[in-house]
Amino acid sequence: MADPAPPILRFENVSVVFDDVTALSKVSFEARQGESRVILGEAGSGKTVLLKAALGLVKPTSGKVYVFGRDLTTMRERELFEIRSKIGMLFQESALFDSLTIEENVAYPLQNQKSISCPPDQVRPRVEEALKFVELGGTLAKFPSELSGGMRRRAAIARTVVTNPPLTLYDSPTAGLDPITAYTIMELLIKARDVAQTTTLLVTYRYQDGNLVANFRYNSEQGRLERAHNGDLGNPRTTFMALRQGSLIFEGDQHSLEASADPYVNKFVKKHS
Amino acid sequence: MLDLLKGPVLTVQDFFILTGTAVRNIFRSPHYSDDIVLQMDAIGVGSMPIVVLTGFFSGAVMALQMSRALAQYGQVGRTGMIVAISLVRELGPDLTALMVAGRTSSGIASELGSMKVTEQIDAMRALGTDPIQKLVTPRLVAAAVMLPLLTIIADFVGIFAGWVISVFFLNVTTRQYWSSAWRALVWNDVAQGLVKPFVFAFVVALIGCFYGLRTTGGTQGVGRSTTQAMVTASVLIFVLTYFITQIFLYASSAQM
Ligand SMILES: Nc1ncnc2c1ncn2[C@@H]1O[C@H](COP(=O)(O)OP(=O)(O)OP(=O)(O)O)[C@@H](O)[C@H]1O
Ligand SMILES: [Mg+2]
Repeated sequence: MADPAPPILRFENVSVVFDDVTALSKVSFEARQGESRVILGEAGSGKTVLLKAALGLVKPTSGKVYVFGRDLTTMRERELFEIRSKIGMLFQESALFDSLTIEENVAYPLQNQKSISCPPDQVRPRVEEALKFVELGGTLAKFPSELSGGMRRRAAIARTVVTNPPLTLYDSPTAGLDPITAYTIMELLIKARDVAQTTTLLVTYRYQDGNLVANFRYNSEQGRLERAHNGDLGNPRTTFMALRQGSLIFEGDQHSLEASADPYVNKFVKKHS
Repeated sequence: MLDLLKGPVLTVQDFFILTGTAVRNIFRSPHYSDDIVLQMDAIGVGSMPIVVLTGFFSGAVMALQMSRALAQYGQVGRTGMIVAISLVRELGPDLTALMVAGRTSSGIASELGSMKVTEQIDAMRALGTDPIQKLVTPRLVAAAVMLPLLTIIADFVGIFAGWVISVFFLNVTTRQYWSSAWRALVWNDVAQGLVKPFVFAFVVALIGCFYGLRTTGGTQGVGRSTTQAMVTASVLIFVLTYFITQIFLYASSAQM
């Protein structure tokens, strides 16, 4: 199945250097429409920096980042706002605004993103819809500090997907959560991906998360995840990447990931029994 | 040697870039007027009690100290003049700015610092807002309006405290006190007394924002930024008050 469409996201030899730390070193890859990418790597390997570079929050020291075919590295901050309005980002620690209620947090992108221009009377219904999507209705008036870690993560997901962005980036969405909450979060991400056919980048160090993304899809009739049949939503749609000290040392599907002989890559693969 | 200087020079340069951007944003949309009002309340109304207290006691102590010196020349009746001049020119602006720096610069640094380390600043940029426009400019505008007002309040409270001391402890009459206080003040003093807080407002607001936005290294980093902001703002206030006083002295002697 040849795909002639241009990539949604494309990194070309991207390096990011802070003072004396090399956070990314010559990373190149591209993500196509509808593709899921699972990014593995140990702490400090540059996963967060990679996602921030895709948003233009971090400027590459060298190399190019293309999003929807446009080169971010030459754009000024004000021009970047338009591109960013088409990207949803879930930050590692949720990054909800403490001084705003959950409702105001989720409404924030609708009211502030350039080129979203949501009519004022549509804001509230869309916020409610997004919060219902993450099964968090009834918390509108609460502040982030009044919610549990898992609920905050879900509210942040609502803020990420409320604008229906065609590209979504999730930074360690399951980190620090118990297995059941983590599964719920993954279910939401896969639901968001499959309902809107978005291109998704997922940073994680739990292999189970990657496995879910690669092999499961959301069944909207039953309202839960189901195993995808081979070829239907098979491996070509999900690509695994492994970062090590800023370098992309592995890129490929689940089979080649599990077959890899590299001990670093192997560390992330837990054979599910 | 050059390497040693590079760090501080770059820091100062970054500070001036932030200042320039924050000022330019005043004239660019979007304007976050709600945030300005909120900050005026936090900086202005919130600082009232400490400003009134410091103003009162500095006026009182000035009256007590100066009356002793004046007594040697039999000039206790001029206490009002000394209190008024020293408060309006120097103590009012300086002490108010120092108090507000202690409260506001550190408060701003810790607030923006926590936002920085929890990625809320990045989230803001990702969600279509310029953090300088949304966070720095409103704080600058609020400080530039409120600090002169707070200084005026401190001046009045201090002169009033001087009157209380003079009348009850120094046997100076009310009329003597107020007329010497009033006659002492010339346009130059008042101008100086208002230029200073206006300049200090930039220091108080922008130093807090600057250190807050540069915070790295988790909660520890927030603590570090908070202290740095307060210390830097306080020292700058002393340095700047010297230079502004010099400029005004030079200007007034040139007039004569
Ligand atoms: N703003 C910054 N200034 C200086 N160094 C930074 C900055 N951001 C990241 N780094 C450094 O870049 C490297 C990669 O950081 P990054 O946050 O991408 O790691 P990560 O893979 O997301 O780790 P974790 O799993 O702990 O979140 C680290 O060494 C980090 O210290
Ligand atoms: Mg990270």
